[in-house]
This record gives sequence, C-alpha cells and structure tokens, in this order.
Amino acid sequence: MASYDLIVLGAGIVGAACAERAVREGLRVAVVEPGPVGGGATAAAMGHLVAMDDDPAELALSRLSLQLWERFADLPLAEFSRCGTLWIAREPRELDGVAAKVARLAEAGVMAQRIDAAELYELEPHLTPGLCGGMRVPQEAVVYPPRVAQYLLQQARELRAHCYLGRRAVALNARGARLDDGSDLVGPVLVATGCALPELLPQLPMRSRKGHLVITERYPERIRHQLLELGYADSAHGDADSSVAFNVQPRPTGQILIGSSREFGQDDAAVSAPMLRRMLERAFAFVPMLRDLQALRVWTGFRPCTPDGRPYIGALESRPHTWVAAGHEGLGVTTALGTAQLLIEQLLGRTPAIDPAPYAPSRALR
Amino acid sequence: MNAPRIRIAVDGCEVDVPAGASVAAGVALAAPHFRRSRSGQPRAPLCGMGVCFECRVRIDGVEHQRSCLVPAREGMQVVCDD
Repeated sequence: MASYDLIVLGAGIVGAACAERAVREGLRVAVVEPGPVGGGATAAAMGHLVAMDDDPAELALSRLSLQLWERFADLPLAEFSRCGTLWIAREPRELDGVAAKVARLAEAGVMAQRIDAAELYELEPHLTPGLCGGMRVPQEAVVYPPRVAQYLLQQARELRAHCYLGRRAVALNARGARLDDGSDLVGPVLVATGCALPELLPQLPMRSRKGHLVITERYPERIRHQLLELGYADSAHGDADSSVAFNVQPRPTGQILIGSSREFGQDDAAVSAPMLRRMLERAFAFVPMLRDLQALRVWTGFRPCTPDGRPYIGALESRPHTWVAAGHEGLGVTTALGTAQLLIEQLLGRTPAIDPAPYAPSRALR
Repeated sequence: MNAPRIRIAVDGCEVDVPAGASVAAGVALAAPHFRRSRSGQPRAPLCGMGVCFECRVRIDGVEHQRSCLVPAREGMQVVCDD
C-alpha cells in the first residue's frame, strides 16, 4: 500500500503549487488528478496577477503571492508579462475612492498611483472619451495559468512526487484516500479540487460561478495594460445571480482577452449568447474599437466560490489528517503560490508568514 | 479569348489577376509569404478553403482576412506580414 507524507487531490494551479512546495520541503508527495493538469478553473482563468484590496485577508494573501510570482518573471513558458493594471473610473465618485485604495495597497507594499483623465488616455488611447481617470498598478502582470500548473507539477515530479494522473479519489477514509481503481493511498490528504470539493467534503459549502471569456485575433499594441473598471469588485463580490464587468487583457501574443461574466446557478458549460452579448457590450462601452475586432474563440469556466468569498486553506479539524486548499473563486491564479506556502507551513507546524485564521475551513463547517 | 483581368496592390506592388480570382492568388504572385507566425515563421495557404487561417492578410485596412476566401476586386490594397 502506497504511503505518503501528503496526498494532493487535484492538479489545478492550487494543487500543483501545493505539491511543488511540499516536495521542496522534503515531503513524499502523491498527486491525484482525473482530468488534464490545470484543466479546470485554471484553464478558464485570465491569469491576471492582481492585488485586490477590498478584504484585508485577501490583500495579505495576494501580496504574499505576488512576491512569490516574481520567481516566474523570466520563465518563458509562463508567458509572464508585466503589463501593469489600470483600474478605470467612469464617474468622479469612483475616482474619489482611489486615494484610499492607493493607501491600502501602499500599506501592503503594493505600489499604485492615482491617474487623471489625461494620463489615462495617454496610457490607453483607445478608451472611450469621457472617462475620469483611475489607478495604475505598474508592477502587476499576467501569466498563462495552465502552463504554469503543468510546470509546477513537472517540477514536483522531478523531485519525486508520484502522480496518479487519470485517477480520481472517490472517498476519504481514516488513513488516507481511496482511488477509483480501488487502491488506497495512505497519508494526510489535501483536497484541492476546486468546484468538485463537495464530492469529498460535502460539509464545506461551495458553489460554482460560471464565467465567459472571448479571445481575439492578434492586434498588437491596441491595449497595453490589464484593464478593469473600478466597479469590478462590486461585480466580483456581489451576490447577484448574474453580472458582468469590464475586464480586458493584452496577451503577450497581441491577442486580446475579453471578460468578464459571473453567474450563479448555471451548471451548463455551453456559451450563453445573451450573457456573451451583455459582457461584450460592457467591454465595447469602455473600448469601442473592440467592436471591430475578430474574435477567435469563446469559452466558459466555473469559479469555486465559498460563502464569504475567502478560500479554504488549512486543516479540517473535524477530520484527522485532512487539509483543504480550495474556493479561490476568481483569484486562484494570483493566490496559488501564497496558498501553497500558507498551507505547507501549517502542515509542518511552522508559524505561517500571514495570519491563517481568516482562511480556516472550520469557519464554514455545516 | 483572354479572360478579363483586374489589378490589385500587394504590399504596394501592382499585380494582375483574372477576374474571379481570390486575393490569395494575387498574393501568391506578388509576395514571398502571406503572414508570419508568432515565432516568426513565414506562412502561406495550406487548405485554400478558409479552414487553416494561414493566409490571413490585411485587405483595405481590415486585418486578419482569409485571402483564400475573398474575391479580388479592382484596386484592392493588400498588406502581408502585418
């Protein structure tokens, strides 16, 4: 019977990051992934590495992770592109809030600056006239998430992690996990299965939030920064059944990635034409020239959402030797590396770099 | 009897093609390649029926036109390697 120091279930970017971190600490690690590596929420993500400042806990975790992401800045396959983030204000009221955001980010060590309308149009000439300005976060970047997940897993394998690819964990038991071929793996288990978390841990609430993305042909230099509306967080954190927000990203290839939509209660992965139209109209309202570009492909994905919007990271106290790293919603790529550090530090009994309490899974047990 | 011919410009060079020919036919006569891949490889039509996307050029200012699907029209301005 195979025995490990940690059995990681799920090889999305969070699971792969945790596995990589664990083997670097000298642990004997197994990874179980039934589908493609990085093929779930990871593959549907835009790959924006962004500090979100609305929740102090979220900011602490993003900040920790952004520092760790610097390790990938020169790795070609990560497609790391330091385009910076531009948050856009449509109304003076939105611009009024920028000073406080800049201060919150500065306190966390993230450099940001308020920009007026003239600076905004200098940075992004294709924005629609009449915008008020916004906030620029120059050091933020984008990556290509599924490739990073594959790289992290490959690194873990080279350091002797044992991969059970094409295998699914069907049950947790007192000694470890049982796979779909009837075999048992023995050791502490880390459940990092995102939206599939309730299959193994139904006591932890998790909902899926569907999103659409569009990728265009290559139009280099049209868009230079990752662009978001300052109202984005209202959409991202709101409870509305469906919402859209302006979010456009320049890919290093010259392609333009257009988001974003959010829908609860949608299990069907099919592209919804009305939702797609709503999302694109939102994007066209900010960047009218997008209307004239050719889209190559549209796809959907599902974000794993906890009730309070924070991921579950830590031990599940009600089950011995069961750990969780799941529920990162739209911030899993940014926070994967910080999640791995936070989790493995706890697993090894060390004092974590940031306070783990806000992420403790026990807060949500039902 | 000779078929009527029309004249298009490919990267600024004028080229005559038979009426009814595709833009791709004109590009093939005038240019060393149609486009370049992201890694810099020169590319040219593979399928000739709009599936492979390897013949994309700019036509009258509109990017990413599949030249194999677009009939040549008198005076068209075609830009390769865009």
